[in-house]
Amino acid sequence: MRNVGVVAGGAILRGKITIERTSGSTPLGRFVMTLVSIAVALLTGLVFLEVLDFESLSVYRDMFAGAFFSGYGISETIVKAIPLMLCGLAVGFAAQIGLWNIGAEGQLYMGTFAASGTALFLLPDAPALITIPAMLIAAILAGALWGVVGVLPLVLWRVNEVITTLMLNYIAILWVDYLIYGPWRDPKYGFPLSTLFSDGACLPSLGTSRIHLGLLFALIAGGLVIILLRNTRWGYEIKAVGGNRRAAEYAGIPISRNLLLVMAISASFAGIAGMAEVSGICHRLQPGISPGYGYSGIIIAWLARLHPVGIAAMSVFFGGLLVGGYEMQAEGLPAGIVYMIQATILFFVLASEFFSRYRIRIMRGPK
Amino acid sequence: MLELLIASSIAAATPILYATLGEIITERSGILNLGVEGMMLVGALSGFALTSLTGSFIVGLLGAMICAALLSVIHALLSVTLRANQVVSGLGLTIFGIGVTSYFGKSMIGVPAPITLGKLKLPILSEIPFVGGAFFNHDPMIYLAVLLVPLCYFFLFRTRVGLHLRAVGDNPASGDMAGINVSAVRYWAIIVGGMFCGLGGAYISLVYTPFWTENMIAGRGWIAIALVIFATWDPRMALVGAFLFGGVDVLATRFQAFGIEIPSYFLRMLPYIFTIAILILTTAKRASRRGLPSMPAALAVPYEREN
Repeated sequence: MRNVGVVAGGAILRGKITIERTSGSTPLGRFVMTLVSIAVALLTGLVFLEVLDFESLSVYRDMFAGAFFSGYGISETIVKAIPLMLCGLAVGFAAQIGLWNIGAEGQLYMGTFAASGTALFLLPDAPALITIPAMLIAAILAGALWGVVGVLPLVLWRVNEVITTLMLNYIAILWVDYLIYGPWRDPKYGFPLSTLFSDGACLPSLGTSRIHLGLLFALIAGGLVIILLRNTRWGYEIKAVGGNRRAAEYAGIPISRNLLLVMAISASFAGIAGMAEVSGICHRLQPGISPGYGYSGIIIAWLARLHPVGIAAMSVFFGGLLVGGYEMQAEGLPAGIVYMIQATILFFVLASEFFSRYRIRIMRGPK
Repeated sequence: MLELLIASSIAAATPILYATLGEIITERSGILNLGVEGMMLVGALSGFALTSLTGSFIVGLLGAMICAALLSVIHALLSVTLRANQVVSGLGLTIFGIGVTSYFGKSMIGVPAPITLGKLKLPILSEIPFVGGAFFNHDPMIYLAVLLVPLCYFFLFRTRVGLHLRAVGDNPASGDMAGINVSAVRYWAIIVGGMFCGLGGAYISLVYTPFWTENMIAGRGWIAIALVIFATWDPRMALVGAFLFGGVDVLATRFQAFGIEIPSYFLRMLPYIFTIAILILTTAKRASRRGLPSMPAALAVPYEREN
């Protein structure tokens, strides 16, 4: 074991405290760490609310009761978890090959655009058995195309994909806004809304709840990623490139093709999320369809350590936060607090990783 | 007409110039901070709120700097002390900034800016026809931003502390051996970067579009990060990049004045398309001249002392 002079808050205290590198933690250890981080983050939120003079415990109780303790709450939580999981997969699968997909938000919007265009203009009166698959394919293609556009500058000229994929979000949202406020606006209303889809373009939902078939899409996508990564040769290649791009190149793995392909698949997940939102929830194209699912997807994927099962679980938790956030809005707390909690959880998880990678040892007296 | 276009491009460039200079200082120390957008939002809101609360512009600006710097300390703690992944930590900072400003800014929406910053006509210079109106009839914060360009350059390339900062960004291990406190330098580089972003944000909410709305930075923080690459981590080039961007921004909003009918949504896409284009051009040029020594060699690599 090596002794490393310690840097604590910028001050070097030699001989008293040392930080030693450990072999890292097991998956179980990381899971526990994540749970602890979430608990600490929620506790921090509690203190924060108390300082701001809110009845913090009752706020939390209402939030979690609203999200998890009623039939309606649970179904709404799952409704939010669907796009979150698809966006989490869109970020997580791309990250397996070492790509930062910050563009899930824009890919989602391109999905809403393509699906709505198919439903409104391409197949306005076709039966569901034709319309729904067509919308799905259109959204997959649109999302994938937007993802490829974001990663093409990387493949061709080594341009960092973080900024290109992010810039494309703004462009996609402006494009959808243009359609809703302009040519696609329903002339019957003064609001920026498209015409309502025909019944054949709406995803069937479960009983009286709003849970729709998109849940199945998300679960299939998750299963696909697991099988791909665990059981195929290509999955092995993807992880090899993600582990060390240059070494993989020397081993003869085609890098550019894999980067483009993985991004196309990842981005198509976000496109499906967009299709599921317009087809399953809104039944039309309207502004502000995503309250930032693509960005939450980044946090979800990271907290889940990119594993699809973790992404599913985290999506349900974050979906609950969103639903609970609406409850808090009723209490006079704006929904911004949901993003604060999400980011705080991320901060504590990042911090906890330090304590799983290093061990702090306090020694008494001089060495 | 052209005089007015240049003058408004300079105003549009200013918030981005502040943020780009700040990020250059941070990245020169080897730390990538993707939280610029979040820090600018925090600066915009806190500057706006404090100015309306106290009635003092100066207090507002100081508050914006302090609040944005406080946010940046989270990144410093995570990326320097705890050696966390800087991309994730910076993204977290931006998401936190979006949340915290939407939470605290609710009561500020629709409130008009309390004070407007008057124009400061520079004596003699502003008398010059055309040039005077375009370049020397601006508010003080614009002059400050331009003044910061040579100051930052001088600081980075002509002072001992600046040398230390660059050394830590290129090779922290040898900097450490030479007796430089790597962590302290990086902490300060992050904090100063945060202060600059706070100023840039406050300029938007107090002067450029004098009111507060959610997410009013609208991606300018990310554009600043792209401009750092365009500027090859050089403050002088940051000036060029910011003004180029300001020009595109202004052209986009004034296209109709030239009699060209394009829906405004497409024009508002221009700055983002321009950012991608400029990034491609810069990176491709750098790749062709292999190994230009402009990028801090240890950028985004956590430093760990080995004995």
